[in-house]
Amino acid sequence: MSARVGIVVFPGSNCEQDCEKVFRDLGAEPMMVWHAEDALPDVDIVVLPGGFAHGDYLRTGALARFSPIMSAVQKHSDAGGLTIGICNGFQVLCEAGMLPGALRKNAGLKFLCKWVDLTVDNADTPFTSRAEPGRVIRIPINHFEGNWYCEPAVLDDLKANGQIVLRYADNPNGSLDSVAGLANENFTVFGLMPHPERACESILGSEDGALILGSMLDHLTAKAGV
Amino acid sequence: MAFTASVNVMLKEGIADPQGQTIERALPALGFTGVEEVRVGKRIRLTVDAPSEEEARARVEQMCERLLSNPVIESYEVTLER
Repeated sequence: MSARVGIVVFPGSNCEQDCEKVFRDLGAEPMMVWHAEDALPDVDIVVLPGGFAHGDYLRTGALARFSPIMSAVQKHSDAGGLTIGICNGFQVLCEAGMLPGALRKNAGLKFLCKWVDLTVDNADTPFTSRAEPGRVIRIPINHFEGNWYCEPAVLDDLKANGQIVLRYADNPNGSLDSVAGLANENFTVFGLMPHPERACESILGSEDGALILGSMLDHLTAKAGV
Repeated sequence: MAFTASVNVMLKEGIADPQGQTIERALPALGFTGVEEVRVGKRIRLTVDAPSEEEARARVEQMCERLLSNPVIESYEVTLER
């Protein structure tokens, strides 16, 4: 049975169709979920895609976290379901308190749109199991607010727990400790600024994004097999 | 009673403010020397109906905690006027 993937569409989301295509290519069954719904369909994975949810007014993700669907996303996560937030989706997860920290404006005050190298710091997660620890993967970024920050004591805990999953090889945006992607304490929620859905076909320059998204599907298969 | 509230939201002390730094570097070019510690924030103005000033302040502070500011990186200051 193929994995069911719910892609949340906020007003202003713009990466949902890329996510849909890539998850379908990977053998999953993606479906769009409008943000104003107060329940999710029966899904195994929730995706909060990139874009500018609610125009990013006030702060990125600040209004999206109050969209009706977000209570259902929280419940899905509480029940052990996997959630991935990509770029704007990562910002929403931080605002919602489902991931620690916050995303600030890039240190250089420039919108960054380029390929970056990322180091897989923790390959023992549902989001990175297809990679080996220390592997460098190539995925593009496309953001103005990707400069992740948390209190130093929080960072120590995150590092000790292995929650810092992806780091920039060459920090492009000032992110604390070069963090590009991190997970919650239970490794059910993952947020990252780079766009794995844009790096799943060799014709686009890299297939490394499929390591991330495919790992999530592997995790479900492994879980179902137990 | 209607109260007008002004909320100043600033990046917390100690958190780098690239916008403030850029402005600080630009000012000397215009002849404004001796300027330091430029910080950029935002101001949100709203009116709130509440039975008392204390109640109005409490409500605006709740708004700040839940939506108007992000407590991880920002601090806020509320000024009230009748």
